[in-house]
Amino acid sequence: MGFEMPTEKYSGRIKEVAIGATKDQGGTRTARLIAGGSNGLPFLPFESEMPHPPLVAMDVVDTVRMVPEQLQESMGAAVKDPVEWAKKCEGEWGADLCVLKLQSANPEEEDRPAEELEALVQKTLQSTGIPMVVYGCGFEEKDAKVMEKVSNAAKGERLFLGLAEEKAYKSIAAASMANGHGIVAFSNLDINLAKQMNILLLDFGMKPENILMDPLMAPLGMGLEYSYSNIERLRLGALSGDPVLQMPMICDCSCAWTVPEALEENPERGDPELRGVYWEAMTALAAAVAGADVVIMRHPRSVTTFRNSIKALAGGA
Amino acid sequence: MPTAMEIYKLLPKTNCGECKFPTCLAFAMQLANQKVALDACPHVSPEAKAALEESGAPPIRLVSFGSGDLAVKMGDETQLFRHDKTFYNPTVLGLVADDADGLDAMKAKIEEAHAMSFERVGQIMRVDSVALRHSTGSVDDFVEAVKTAAGRELPVVIMCDDAGLAAKAADACSDRKPLLYRATASNFDAMVAVAKEKSLPLVVGASTLEELTELADKAKKAGLNDLVLEPGTESLADMLVKMTAIRRAAVKNKFRPLGFPTIAILGPDMMNHMKAAMGVMKYSSALLMDDMPREMVYPLLALRQNIFTDPQVPIQVKAGLYSVGEPTDKSPVMFTTNFSLTYFTVRADIEKSKIPAWMLVVDTEGQSVMTAFAAGKLTPESVAKSIDDFQVKEKSSRNEIIIPGMVSRMSGKLAELTDMKVTVGPRESSGLPKMMKTLSS
Repeated sequence: MGFEMPTEKYSGRIKEVAIGATKDQGGTRTARLIAGGSNGLPFLPFESEMPHPPLVAMDVVDTVRMVPEQLQESMGAAVKDPVEWAKKCEGEWGADLCVLKLQSANPEEEDRPAEELEALVQKTLQSTGIPMVVYGCGFEEKDAKVMEKVSNAAKGERLFLGLAEEKAYKSIAAASMANGHGIVAFSNLDINLAKQMNILLLDFGMKPENILMDPLMAPLGMGLEYSYSNIERLRLGALSGDPVLQMPMICDCSCAWTVPEALEENPERGDPELRGVYWEAMTALAAAVAGADVVIMRHPRSVTTFRNSIKALAGGA
Repeated sequence: MPTAMEIYKLLPKTNCGECKFPTCLAFAMQLANQKVALDACPHVSPEAKAALEESGAPPIRLVSFGSGDLAVKMGDETQLFRHDKTFYNPTVLGLVADDADGLDAMKAKIEEAHAMSFERVGQIMRVDSVALRHSTGSVDDFVEAVKTAAGRELPVVIMCDDAGLAAKAADACSDRKPLLYRATASNFDAMVAVAKEKSLPLVVGASTLEELTELADKAKKAGLNDLVLEPGTESLADMLVKMTAIRRAAVKNKFRPLGFPTIAILGPDMMNHMKAAMGVMKYSSALLMDDMPREMVYPLLALRQNIFTDPQVPIQVKAGLYSVGEPTDKSPVMFTTNFSLTYFTVRADIEKSKIPAWMLVVDTEGQSVMTAFAAGKLTPESVAKSIDDFQVKEKSSRNEIIIPGMVSRMSGKLAELTDMKVTVGPRESSGLPKMMKTLSS
C-alpha cells in the first residue's frame, strides 16, 4: 500500500488587504504591507499558497495604566511615552506595523481630549515609518470624536481604525471612509456575528478590501480554545467560498498579559516574565496556526520567538 | 465505522432472519449503529468478517503504555478539527534523560519529571512520562536509570537503537509496560522481534512518509498492532506538514498503515518549545523533550488543557468561597458562576482593583452568568444556598453581597432569602475595579 499525500483544495481565497501607504501612494509610510491572500489552511505548501505569512504588529498603549508593572520594568522607560514606544517597535524590536491603542481617551479614566490624541497620532506618524492601526478606547461617543480627528490628521496614510462593533460602527466607518483608511471589524467569538459585522460594514458602503476582521483572540488559559476553533471555522468558511468571510483576520495576542497566571509570582512555575513570554508566543502561534493573518503582540522577546516560528513555518516548504 | 450500506454489501443478502431481524439491510443498520454484534449472523463469510472488523476499527489505534493510575493513552482520535467533535487523548509529554550526562543527571531528570505536576481549574496537569535514552554514555548507567525510573510512577520510554540493549532495558522494567523507541530501516527486524516477544508498544521511525508507511505496514504484517509513528520532524514546517498528512490519511482516507498515534522528539531550545506547542495543537500524540524549563511547561500544559477540552463540556472550577488577595471580615463579597472563563475574568478584574475580596463561586454546571440565569441554573435560591454552604456570613461581617449587573433582577428575592444587603455590580466585570473603589469600608 503506497502513501499518497492527502491534499485539500478549496474554492475560496482570503482577500489581500493593503495596510499603510508610501509617498507614491499618498502617505508617508516606508512600506505598504499586504495581509491575507492565502487559499488554504496555514503553512501547508504542498496544497496551497500563503503569499503573505502572518504580519507581526506590536501594540503601543498610550497610558501605563493598562501595562502590567513587570512589563513596564523590563520593556524600559519607552512604555511611558507612546511615541518612544512606537519608535522602539519599529527599530529595535522589528515590528511590521504598530497598533496605537488610545486608551487614555477613556472618559471614566484619563479622558484625554480628542485634540491631544490627534496630535499624538500625528507625532507618532512623523516619528516612525511603519504602517499603523489606531484603536479607540471603546466608549462610542468619545471614539467618534477621536476617530474623526485621527482620520483627518492621517489623510492618505491608510490607517486601519478600530474597533467597529455591532452596536457602534457607523461613526468609525464614516471616519475611515472619509480619508481612505481601513477598518477593523470586531466580533465576540461568534462566526455569525463576524459575518454580520462584515455585512453591516459593506451595506454601509465600505469596500471589502478595506476591512480586517478581529474575531477576538482569547488568551491561553482564558478561553484560547474557543478562539482557536472560532478562527479555524472562520477560515474554513472563507475557504469554502463565502465571500463575506474572506477578509483577513487580525488577532490581538497581547491579551496574554492580562492573564494573572502568565505573570504571577510562583517559584514552581519559574521566572514570571519568561513564562509570560511563552504565554504570549504560544497564544500567537495558536492564532497563526488557526488562521490569523496579522497578530498583535507586546513583548519583544515573544515577538522574536513567534517570528522565528513563522519563518521556520513559511520557509521550510 | 462503515455505513449501513457498506456493511450490507458484505452480508449474505439472503434475508434468512436468523439474526432476529427481518432483512439483511435491517441487520446492517443495527450493526452500523453498534446495537448488535456481527456474531448474530451465522452465515457471514470469513472474508466479509475480516473486512468488517478492519473497517469497523477506529481510524487511529489506541495505544497505551505505562502501568497503574498514571498509564497513558495515545491515539483513538477521530477528528481533524476539535470543533467537529473533540480531541480525546491529550498529547503525552515526556522528559528525556540521556546517558551521555551520566547516571546522577539521569536520576535528577527522573525526579524533575515527577515533580512537574500542577493543579489548574480543578484538574491535575502533569508531565506524563520519562524517556531514558542511550547515546554515548555507559550501558550500565542506562539500564540502571531504566530500573530507577521503573521504580517510580511515571510511564517509561526506552530509547535506544540497539535491539539487544532495548531487550535488556525492557527486562529491567518488565512489569511497567514501557514504550520501545525505536525501529528504523536499519534495525527493523531485530527491534520488531523484541517488541513482539515482550508484547510492548513500539515506535517506528522514518524520515519520509513513504518509508514510514512501508515500515508500519511491515511491522503490522509481522504481527505488531501497538505502533507509534515517528515521521521525523526536522523543522517546524516539516512537523506541521507531516503530522497533518498522517492525521488526514488516517481519519479522512482510512489509510490503515498510518492509523496509529504519532510521536516527535524535540531538542532543548525555544524553537523546539514552540514545536511542542505546535504538536499539541496539530496532531502529535506524544512529545519527548530534552529540556522542559518550568517557564515553558506550565503554559504548554495549559495549552494542552485548552486544546483537549471537549467543546461541548466547559471547563468548570470548583464551587466555593475563594479569597482574592488577603480578605478580612470587612472585605466585600461578590459572586459569579463556576464557568472557568467567567471565573478567571472576574477574578482578574477583582485583582485589578487591588482591594482584597471574597469571591463566591456558585455551581452553574459550567455555564456563564447570562446563560445560567436564562436556564434557571443561577437563581436567588441557588445563590442563597451557596452563601449558606460556604459559610459566607462567618467569613465576612459586612452582610452585603455584590451581584453581577446582568442578574440585577434577582436582588429582591435574594435579599429576602439571605437577609443580606444586595448591591448590584457592573454588567461587565471590567467595571469592578471602579465600582469596588466606591464601596464603603
